Amino acid sequence: MEKEIVLDMKNVSKTFPGVKALQHVDFKLRKGEIHALMGENGAGKSTLIKVLTGVHDFESGEIIMSGASIINKSPQDAQSHGISTVYQEVNLCPNLSVAENLFIGREPRKFGFIDWKTMKSKATELLKDLDIDANVSDKLEECSIAKQQMIAIARAVDMKCQVLILDEPTSSLDDEEVEKLFVLMRRLKSEGVGIIFVTHFLEQVYAVCDRITVLRNGTLVGEYETAELPRVMLVAKMMGKDFDDLADIKGDHKQLDKLIPVIEAKGVGRKGSIKPFDFVANKGEVVGLTGLLGSGRSELVRAIYGADKPDSGKIFVNGKEAKINAPIDAMKLGMAYLPEDRKKDGIIADLSVRENIILALQAKKGMFHLMSRKEMEEAADKYIKMLQVKTASRETPIKSLSGGNQQKVIIGRWLLTNPEYLILDEPTRGIDIGTKTEIQKLVLDLADKGMSVTFISSEVEEMLRTCSRMGVMRDGKKVGELTGDDLSQEGVMKAIAGGDENE
Amino acid sequence: MNKDTLKNITSKRLFLPVVCLLAVLLANVIKTPDFFKITLENGVLSGYIIIVINRASELVILAIGMTLVTAASGGQDISVGAVMAVAAAVCCQILSGGEVSVTELASPMIFAIISAILAAALCGAFNGFLVAKLGIQPMVATLILFTAGRGVAQLITKGQITYIRVDSYKTFGGYIGKCPVPTPIFLAIIVIVIVNLVLKKTALGLYIESVGINGTASRLVGLNSVLIKFLTYVICGVMAGIAGVIASSRIYSADANNIGLNLEMDAILAVALGGNVLGGGKFSLMGSVIGAYTIQALTTTLYAMNVKADQLPVYKAIVVIIIVILQSPAFKKMLAKQKTKKLSGGTAVEGGK
Repeated sequence: MEKEIVLDMKNVSKTFPGVKALQHVDFKLRKGEIHALMGENGAGKSTLIKVLTGVHDFESGEIIMSGASIINKSPQDAQSHGISTVYQEVNLCPNLSVAENLFIGREPRKFGFIDWKTMKSKATELLKDLDIDANVSDKLEECSIAKQQMIAIARAVDMKCQVLILDEPTSSLDDEEVEKLFVLMRRLKSEGVGIIFVTHFLEQVYAVCDRITVLRNGTLVGEYETAELPRVMLVAKMMGKDFDDLADIKGDHKQLDKLIPVIEAKGVGRKGSIKPFDFVANKGEVVGLTGLLGSGRSELVRAIYGADKPDSGKIFVNGKEAKINAPIDAMKLGMAYLPEDRKKDGIIADLSVRENIILALQAKKGMFHLMSRKEMEEAADKYIKMLQVKTASRETPIKSLSGGNQQKVIIGRWLLTNPEYLILDEPTRGIDIGTKTEIQKLVLDLADKGMSVTFISSEVEEMLRTCSRMGVMRDGKKVGELTGDDLSQEGVMKAIAGGDENE
Repeated sequence: MNKDTLKNITSKRLFLPVVCLLAVLLANVIKTPDFFKITLENGVLSGYIIIVINRASELVILAIGMTLVTAASGGQDISVGAVMAVAAAVCCQILSGGEVSVTELASPMIFAIISAILAAALCGAFNGFLVAKLGIQPMVATLILFTAGRGVAQLITKGQITYIRVDSYKTFGGYIGKCPVPTPIFLAIIVIVIVNLVLKKTALGLYIESVGINGTASRLVGLNSVLIKFLTYVICGVMAGIAGVIASSRIYSADANNIGLNLEMDAILAVALGGNVLGGGKFSLMGSVIGAYTIQALTTTLYAMNVKADQLPVYKAIVVIIIVILQSPAFKKMLAKQKTKKLSGGTAVEGGK
């Protein structure tokens, strides 16, 4: 008993310069279903949504809605075809009232002027109808994020949409708010709206979705009934591993005789980003942090490093309690942090390779102890050579280097500060395979020399090759640690998926 | 080979500013052939070029502060003109001891000048607090003192123009003893040298550029972005203070309504003329200095061409438009396209042979 199909995307392909973002992807949405779109970062979820809503054009393929082939040239176009989108960041006007936001661009008019009275009564009716508890004359910014999101949905619903896209709507909501959103979603479903739900949270997918479509590297992995796909299988599909024949590729690793803690975090947490966690990093050890994107991997290390100041807990460095208010404090205690987003948080684009390398050490030394030109050049040359950075010269602006070489420069920047504790957050993302292996080798070398390293990566093999212990993150919480025999593809995926509920 | 050296020269940061300056100077020489003539009159140097260099001093000093503020915060301090007036008012009020016109100093000169510069630094700190700590847009934050600054200066002088008719006070805007070179020229050079030394001998220059290019990344490598931005505003305030004292010394009075009037716009223009991106990041102090002299040369030229003071802004505006267009990414893109077109056109012709 196949339900009526409202949206059918067939064989859609899209290329960005140098990247095949989507390759022959099919996607079907039925009337009155909640359909999860899953995949790791870079899998093509957002590209698919953007193609559907007309933000991007696509090269080949077809979008069929209610039997007719359509091409959306812009989000407005999509809206007129009955496709509405609610983004993670609510894109309404916070300084306008709730009613104005609901009817912006299609205000009820009387003699050419806006009919405020009708607008208000219509808005009240709409919100009441959907059980949304908000005052229509309040300003939107006075409502909680959750309410704003619901108002955005209400607006979409009122515009008679057949397809509602929710792009990570829950990432800034707490459990209770998520539950309210789900109630609304189920209601819309019963009214026959097809909902595409993009999220990183596995539990939420199993709580509310009927079907799951999984994408990986721009290709379709498959479409599944939620009830028939165990969580572990879903994780395996997202990561591209066939669960049944996982090879154990645990790399050779120096065993530590004695564990000397360098960093100990006790109950450290930050509201809204990471729940309180305990964490220990030992001398000469590579500890991995695994979990899906948005599971709190980066948030955990950022809290330790002082990049986002934690609001609870204590951090001990070499056994002594440390006060870390800003990254500079952490650096002075011997920490170094290679951030996840190289472009945004790592490189200083217009500065030269040399300046980028010495910057952290210079900041540590302080403003009045400027390194001499010779010192700078020696330091830069040393790491350019050691890490085999391909650059025209040390005075070349870092922005003209390739991604992998930029990353090497940033690694050099931190090695120059001679840290005791090195945090590498996705050091190999977007880097060619050769450089990846080099970086992995380097990490093991550094650990053998006594450095404590925390390694975060989306690639499980890479982590297995380098780490002797792994913390597992799920939904902003550290849920466990894996050692010894549990360190295998299977063990990691089981741990990430968590909950035996769906097995 | 020849082409390469040409390309090398044109790609240098200071190329455009220097070209602008030369263009203005050339226009001057054509218009007034004795532009570069320097004569000794009454024991002091005189001539157009001396006037230009002398009159540009305050602007040069302001432009230095403005460059740092621009680089670190990606915005401009539009209150510097008003802060000059505040510094002048503080200085003269302390020297006069509250009288409207004095022929004898009521307090030591050094005390008055230091107080004036401190007051200006305080204004800079206020701006810096708003921008760096509270994250208010520079233009909006400094708009407060831009409008209120002259009022504050009026309050200090109690609404009068305070005259200091003492020869020693005229030194800063005039001449030291029998020296034929105007003092402001020396002061401007001293400020340039000191700021350059600070930037060369400490890591401040690197920090400012880093914070201006990428604030979040700078914080993660241990830089205190807030403090660095704040510092640039304080330095900018100090520069305005020095300029204010010079301007006040020239007219040996504190004229709150006219000292430094519209000079903030010239200072911003100088920074832009110097090839600095007004959005922050890498900067060239010397570029701004050259820019400041260019503007003063332009002003002098226009005066020499009998343009009235009221109409001056129109001509300056034309120059600004040209410079802004030259620096705009769209224009650069167009130029690059033109180049490739020419290149491909050239090969096509060769192929035709």
